[in-house]
Amino acid sequence: MKNKIVVLLKKDVLLELRQQHTFFGILLYIASTIFVLYLAMGQPESMVWNGLFWMIQLFICINSVAKSFLQESKSRMLYFYSVTGPVAFIVSKLIYNALLMLLMSVLSLVVFGILLGTPVNKFFLFIEIVCLGGVSISLVFTILAAIAAKAQQNAALMAILGFPLIIPQLLLLVRLSKSAFGEVFRTGAILQLTLLLLALDIMVIALSVILFPFLWKE
Amino acid sequence: MRKPWWKIVAVVFLVYTFTAGFLIKVPYTGNLFESIRNLFFHVPMWFGQIILLGTSLVYSILYLRRQDLKYDIYALEFAKTGIIYGSLGLVTGAIWATYTWGAPWSNDPKQIAVAIALLIYLAYFVLRNSVTDIDKKARISSVYNIFAYFIYLPLIMILPRLVQSLHPGGLEGAKGGGNPALSGEDLDPVMRMVFWPAVIGWTLLGVWITTLKIRLNLLRDKNLINA
Repeated sequence: MKNKIVVLLKKDVLLELRQQHTFFGILLYIASTIFVLYLAMGQPESMVWNGLFWMIQLFICINSVAKSFLQESKSRMLYFYSVTGPVAFIVSKLIYNALLMLLMSVLSLVVFGILLGTPVNKFFLFIEIVCLGGVSISLVFTILAAIAAKAQQNAALMAILGFPLIIPQLLLLVRLSKSAFGEVFRTGAILQLTLLLLALDIMVIALSVILFPFLWKE
Repeated sequence: MRKPWWKIVAVVFLVYTFTAGFLIKVPYTGNLFESIRNLFFHVPMWFGQIILLGTSLVYSILYLRRQDLKYDIYALEFAKTGIIYGSLGLVTGAIWATYTWGAPWSNDPKQIAVAIALLIYLAYFVLRNSVTDIDKKARISSVYNIFAYFIYLPLIMILPRLVQSLHPGGLEGAKGGGNPALSGEDLDPVMRMVFWPAVIGWTLLGVWITTLKIRLNLLRDKNLINA
């Protein structure tokens, strides 16, 4: 089980390294979106910055996670079906997407900082929130990508399914980030919000592992 | 008309709600005045919605376990009625808010949460329409339905308690703390006599509507289900 996950993970990373055009495609997407934002509004105040940052994270996630299932052709899925189990497959995808999104989140934070300024007071706290947020968003979109891929639809369906479902996490993240912008919270509120996000993540992982086997069989 | 007793209960309770609900003496609290009677119509919509969507969830799980198309139709129809109840709850809430909060929409956390819920379930219907193969449609939409319900529940049950809200039960709200829906002890005993029958009556009416639609659908798709 553990071996299978490692092998599948290795395969995904190797594919990413060999087909660098998709990876650089997403990087270009990040850079150009943020550049357009910069041209459109210069360096916005902190609340606008915060809102824009999380919306951009959402779009980056849709673009980077969508391909993880859509790139697998039907015959290749059949091959995976014969050599691994559904649980190993979804777990490897969850880990891979979380790692990919972590990288993308940090990179987009750097580009955001360069172009749109850094109104963040507590920078390390914000980086932690960004990492948590990137992982949370990627987990939800991994299972949605699996659903959309099974429905043989493009990324558009994923966006339709995902936008309403991601709102709870996104609202929590936007609220949590306000602490990094110097807003004073009630004692314990930050811990409460973080735990709530972690609990949601665990629930999403559990649901993915339970539900994916049903999507998988054809 | 198999086992019609609960349908009679629904009618009796609703007639009681519509007569007693408008006639009993209600306590005047805050700026609610007579509008407190909306409690018999607005709040039961949400009880009904949660119960109907919960039933839809159960049938989705049953579908994944048994692979019987009948359960998929059950899940779909319960979700549809749940959404109708949600819309009615939103409208009755907006009317109520116009007179007590001053505006039909004030970005209250619960208003936002239920608006999101409507979007989530509309996406469920979009997903169903995007797949043509019947078995595949049933399987994929069951998975989405289960996933959606477990995201929706924290949204409506946990988040409103953490933030300030105009609804009762929000953090540091007008009353402060407690159950976001309604705490039984707060309710005036006379109003409680009408409120719980209203909840049961409205919920049973929702189930009744759903069973009618299920029977219609089962007749229409008779060939598919037996094949």
